[in-house]
Amino acid sequence: MTSTTAGVATEVRAGVATEVRAGVTAEVRAGAAVGATVPALLELAGLRVDHGAITALKGIDLTVRQGEVVALLGANGAGKTTALRTISGLLRPAAGEVRFGGERIDGVPAHHVVGLGIGHSPEGRRVFADMSVLENLQMGAYRFGRAAPEDLDRVFGLFPRLAERRRQIAGTLSGGEQQMLAIGRALMGRPELLLLDEPSMGLAPIIVAQLFDIIGEINAQGTTVLLVEQNAAQALRLADRGYVLETGEIRMSGPAAELLHDPRIREAYLGESAA
Amino acid sequence: MSPHEFWDYLVPGVALGALYAVIAIGYTLVYGVLQLINFAHSEVFMLGGFGSLIVLTSLTPAHPSAPISVLLVLVGLVVSALCGGATAYGLEKVAYRPLRRRGAPKLVFLISAIGASFFLYNLAGKLFGRDPLPMPHLYDNNVVLTVFGARVTITQLLLLVCALLMMVGLDLLVNRTRLGAGIRALAQDPETASLMGVDTDRVISRTFVIGGLLGGVAGFLFGLNTQVSFTMGFNPGITAFAAAVLGGVGNIRGAMLGGLLLGLVESFNVPLFGEEWRYVAAFVVLVGVLMFRPAGILGVKIGRAA
Repeated sequence: MTSTTAGVATEVRAGVATEVRAGVTAEVRAGAAVGATVPALLELAGLRVDHGAITALKGIDLTVRQGEVVALLGANGAGKTTALRTISGLLRPAAGEVRFGGERIDGVPAHHVVGLGIGHSPEGRRVFADMSVLENLQMGAYRFGRAAPEDLDRVFGLFPRLAERRRQIAGTLSGGEQQMLAIGRALMGRPELLLLDEPSMGLAPIIVAQLFDIIGEINAQGTTVLLVEQNAAQALRLADRGYVLETGEIRMSGPAAELLHDPRIREAYLGESAA
Repeated sequence: MSPHEFWDYLVPGVALGALYAVIAIGYTLVYGVLQLINFAHSEVFMLGGFGSLIVLTSLTPAHPSAPISVLLVLVGLVVSALCGGATAYGLEKVAYRPLRRRGAPKLVFLISAIGASFFLYNLAGKLFGRDPLPMPHLYDNNVVLTVFGARVTITQLLLLVCALLMMVGLDLLVNRTRLGAGIRALAQDPETASLMGVDTDRVISRTFVIGGLLGGVAGFLFGLNTQVSFTMGFNPGITAFAAAVLGGVGNIRGAMLGGLLLGLVESFNVPLFGEEWRYVAAFVVLVGVLMFRPAGILGVKIGRAA
């Protein structure tokens, strides 16, 4: 039970009071039974990541519990993408730990992390532009050798547009379709935890709203989600809890509903004056 | 040029072109995954030639019967493929991987490639002697068929059939297998490929080996057609590199097309302009095409099928 203990310890540092409220709010939210009793799926503890001489993350603590949607918010350059890339094994931390299901995974190379059950839809979508939609999805199932028909059906069920365009070369898709493909591709690896890096980037509000509905559906189907966003309003409406990252440090954390109404958030990220 | 002469030059041109195509694939595959021209690939080809020469010299009887001849050719193909594959594997491990680990600039890879090439061909000269050696007499190189009056020898037919089989096999491997998907994903976006579970180091190593298998076999076939020597890699290597660039470096079907084209140009250049211009024409064509299509005929893409 070391993982639970460590999880609690992390939360104590983040603030006990916040923790208790997180449990209550989550239960109020659409019956999503996410409370302090649910084990932590992902834990970052004192995570520090350097880019050369620059420290991008200055020792952050973050917990994602089984079944949650957790939003990681912050401005450009705050370190959000760095956090996701470190979880995926693309970057090595200088200090601290990444634990997934209680096991340390920092230092595990990226091509093994996906096999542990972490799917990553990267910043800028990064679809394989010269491959077809279907080939992209098959790449998502690379670790299984062959894409299971039920996984393809699931992705096509979530994103009917991709089913219509399965033979189309991915580079010719619209931005929204490419984002759907990037998420669908990550789902093909049957992740327990889905990392989404700015799915709303560069997309029209109506597309963003649709996309976030689908992310909610993916979560309802049982996939835990860590969502990195600059679009704080959208992200917090979907999320159970949120963290706010500023220049490599966690500045605020708590239940999404509270963050959404916090005047500091409204001012900094929702473009409202603190009147 | 009479119509009869046309066919007389077409047949060896196509055979030579097929060979260039097979070597060019080795350059283009490695370029696809590493954006690096493996200038030591000509030595992979040369060592494929020597490997098969040495083994066959010790095995070949004075007058092999037909079944023995077939067997010897198969041995030659397998041995040359293994030598080529092993050389390419070793090159990647020794000359490139340590640089990749350190994130060395591209120029350093180029210098390492040229250094490895010098080392290998001088080593071959020292070990195997500096005089060209003929392949042992595996079969009587008779004319097996005539195309519009042009004679096609066993060696030419063998060369063509082997090259064709290798190209078809490679195309299937790249477009239909899991390893092929890994190679294409890696060529497009190494980082995202690793997020999909592609072990990039392993795929790079296997890509070298595949190119090496093809290059080694090409060395054996080239040796059958002419001779084996420590410098035999130079001209075909440069021409095949030109073929890869001509077709669009990184593009597998482009390399096949470029190889075939340069084989034909080289062959027809001899009657039209004279033997001394044999190796010039390929580069004139290269410069000419690149002036109008800098990315090569089919463009620079490995991920796309054509």
